[in-house]
Amino acid sequence: MAIWLTEKSRIIVQGITGSEGTKHTLRMLASGANVVGGVNPRKAGTTHEGLPVFATVAEAMEKTRADVSVIFVPPAFTAGAVKEAIDAEIPLAVVITEGVPIHDTTEFWAYATAKGNKTRIIGPNCPGIASPGASNAGIIPADITTPGRIGLVSKSGTLTYQLMYELRDFGFSTAVGIGGDPVIGTTHIDALQAFQDDPGTDAIVMIGEIGGDAEERAAAYIEKHVTKPVVAYVAGFTAPEGKTMGHAGAIVSGSAGTAQGKKEALEKVGVRVGKTPSETARLMREIMQNR
Amino acid sequence: MDLFEHQAKELFAAYGIPVPRGIVAHTVAEARTAAEQLTGRVVVKAQVKTGGRGKAGGVKVADDATDAETKAKAILGMDIKGHTVHKVLVEEASNIAEEYYFSFLLDRANRTFLAICSAAGGMDIEEVAHTAPEKVAKIAVNPIDGIDLARAREIAAAGGLPEKSLDGAAELIERLWAVFVDEDASLVEVNPLILTADGQVKALDGKVTLDTNADFRQKEHESYVDKAAEDPLEARAKEKHLNYVKLDGNVGIIGNGAGLVMSTLDVVAYAGEQLAGTPKPANFLDIGGGASAEVMANGLEIILSDPAVKSVFVNVFGGITACDAVANGIVSAFQLLSDRGEAVSRPLVVRLDGNNAALGREILQNAALPGVELVDTMDDAAKRAAELAAVGA
Repeated sequence: MAIWLTEKSRIIVQGITGSEGTKHTLRMLASGANVVGGVNPRKAGTTHEGLPVFATVAEAMEKTRADVSVIFVPPAFTAGAVKEAIDAEIPLAVVITEGVPIHDTTEFWAYATAKGNKTRIIGPNCPGIASPGASNAGIIPADITTPGRIGLVSKSGTLTYQLMYELRDFGFSTAVGIGGDPVIGTTHIDALQAFQDDPGTDAIVMIGEIGGDAEERAAAYIEKHVTKPVVAYVAGFTAPEGKTMGHAGAIVSGSAGTAQGKKEALEKVGVRVGKTPSETARLMREIMQNR
Repeated sequence: MDLFEHQAKELFAAYGIPVPRGIVAHTVAEARTAAEQLTGRVVVKAQVKTGGRGKAGGVKVADDATDAETKAKAILGMDIKGHTVHKVLVEEASNIAEEYYFSFLLDRANRTFLAICSAAGGMDIEEVAHTAPEKVAKIAVNPIDGIDLARAREIAAAGGLPEKSLDGAAELIERLWAVFVDEDASLVEVNPLILTADGQVKALDGKVTLDTNADFRQKEHESYVDKAAEDPLEARAKEKHLNYVKLDGNVGIIGNGAGLVMSTLDVVAYAGEQLAGTPKPANFLDIGGGASAEVMANGLEIILSDPAVKSVFVNVFGGITACDAVANGIVSAFQLLSDRGEAVSRPLVVRLDGNNAALGREILQNAALPGVELVDTMDDAAKRAAELAAVGA
């Protein structure tokens, strides 16, 4: 079992003909994911890497019964691509694109809300979602881990990979990279809720980063609604105030959003927080061994 | 990117928002000339990208040009929360009847925009928000609906602004929304927003943060970059499209992925706490998922040109790029650097994990690069890099 992405998922790629789109379409196919086509209005009717290219998401869904779209279009066109996916009411849209202006993300989120949130949006600026052994939508390397019963939700790409790799002997039900931007579609809380409800997930790893208060809100959610064990890691204890560390969201301003504050909020509700990624993996290992 | 007050006000003026007349001065003599041109009483305001400058003594009223010279002399060169004052804004003094607060900003938690408005503006707005939150109106703004004049008037009224100010404030708020949207800002703040004795609503201060992700459609924003304040190493790194931030320690850090590099800084700092001289990270450098030889060479070059760096920690997780490719990148980087006449002169601790890690380590062992040590885990490698940078090492 897994959340949001299973072996039945049928994936299309918006921006399939671009260099990133092409590279990661091939990687997804190689990992066994069921990629069924792509979208590029200027190349509609052709095939790319053996897959049919359609003019719109709606057409691709009609012809291929796709239910997941992975979006690789450049930042200037991302809002348009996401709105198109929303209009087509595709159940899941995974936005990989990095560097999307905040006004664009806020606008497509408002658009999704106005349309009744029929499309789950993951990202932007994220590595995507992988359910090892079942499917892979995005750029998470498929071969670093195995199928298993740990769920993972993370703001950071490489830290996701690090934990998936360190815990590869136990394996994962689903790993979701939600992205580190200030405004994102799927939050820690959404993933925690889904993992709590997923019979295929026994325990949850949550990775956070400085900036915003998503981890604090996740802690409040865990206290009320999550009975499965949660282990967490927060990056950015030593990041200086007022400097952006790569992710647009990872910026500390004033007292809110510090790693220390997040750690304390999580520990207060009984979540064990690792001091380093490896210690976090050890904490999860103990939980899985004593199950 | 934050703007200086004078830049924010120039932007406001371009959108038809009333601001006091003002002239930027970099020297005491320029401040005098500016005051002479403006005539009458002026305010000399430190231009620094931080709050609380009024309380720090960075804003002073001057009666005439001679007084402006004296005040500018006191303010120029001042240190305000670590920011040196290199320029002042000399502005005509306003006859203030009332002070309000207004801002548009991003509300991360609710994934929308927010208008904040209060009749209790001025230096103590944060205190007011804390002790009397009912005096500060926080109103969600849907990016699709936006702000028209009627909505702007409602917000001003909700903030408790008096009837006599509503028309002027509404017009100003509507234009401020245009600045917020058209300039891709994540914050526009006016504190104080004033009502003058003759009944005009004006922006007496301005704070604007621009979203650099929108640079591709905001070409003119490049002119706002404060090149003088940029760290020279950061400027060089930017030219090479490297995601580099200078810090004040002595362990150089290279890694792939922002989260992993942030985590690396933490782990190195923990390791350093136990050691003589408490070695700390010297920088943040994210070389991204690819980690090609050239990017690795450029990264190493930037880090090694920082004289504070005593050791370097290369922390790579092989995901999209496997570790053998990363190892080959490091080997080529050493070659590239020695070809450029900048041979690697300080110890390098390398930790490779993930895809083909064993193969990557083998490549580095066989290459026998001078000063390169391989350590298997991130925690141990961080410890080793910190030891090499510790006092007496």
